[in-house]
Amino acid sequence: MIWQLDLALLIIVVISAIAAITVKDLLSSAILLGVYSFLLCLLWTEMGAVDVAFTEAAVGAGISTAFFIGMIYQTTRRTKD
Amino acid sequence: MINRIDNIIIQTVCRLLVPPIQLFALYVIAHGHYSPGGGFQGGCILGASFILMVMAYDIKEAKRMMSEKLNTILSSVGVMIYAGIGALCLILGANYLDYGILHKIFSVAPAKARALGTLGVEIGVGITVMAVMVSIFLNIASGGEHEQ
Repeated sequence: MIWQLDLALLIIVVISAIAAITVKDLLSSAILLGVYSFLLCLLWTEMGAVDVAFTEAAVGAGISTAFFIGMIYQTTRRTKD
Repeated sequence: MINRIDNIIIQTVCRLLVPPIQLFALYVIAHGHYSPGGGFQGGCILGASFILMVMAYDIKEAKRMMSEKLNTILSSVGVMIYAGIGALCLILGANYLDYGILHKIFSVAPAKARALGTLGVEIGVGITVMAVMVSIFLNIASGGEHEQ
């Protein structure tokens, strides 16, 4: 474990999480959640939890991004609030 | 609803990408007890390869490849494999999912029987996860209007 790399990854994770809930475009929000999942996957790999990181890459970044994009087809692309 | 857009670049790239993805998914399922991975992750990757085909073509084409009926049957068969292996261990007189007892019917060493039992359970989990992921995506993408 390298704490400088941990800290840098954690800061980018927090930034992408905040960006995902503040952005108005729903498609950008879904892609930012995918970015968040991949960064979390990197963080877990760096901490040595390879199995958790693999699950996060397969489910969080792969499948759930596809589900969100399929969901955006059903609604408008921009949020009202 | 996902409308069909005939774009030859997207369709060709998806056709080329799907076999390596499925091969990798089968590797993840079969190699799950030696390395990171297992039934759940492999099933997710296998479902993702199918979702890629749905996105490149449309839902009608996906129904032609895998109908709703086949999807439901596959998701039940996976659970049946999982529960069946567990119940087989119960019938032979051990605990639920205690694979070591399976050496009585497969005529291999107990350690080998344990490894093979884990592989069988992961194959069942992978089939179920694949079918359920595809069915969730088809239900979301078609807005619930899903003719049989």
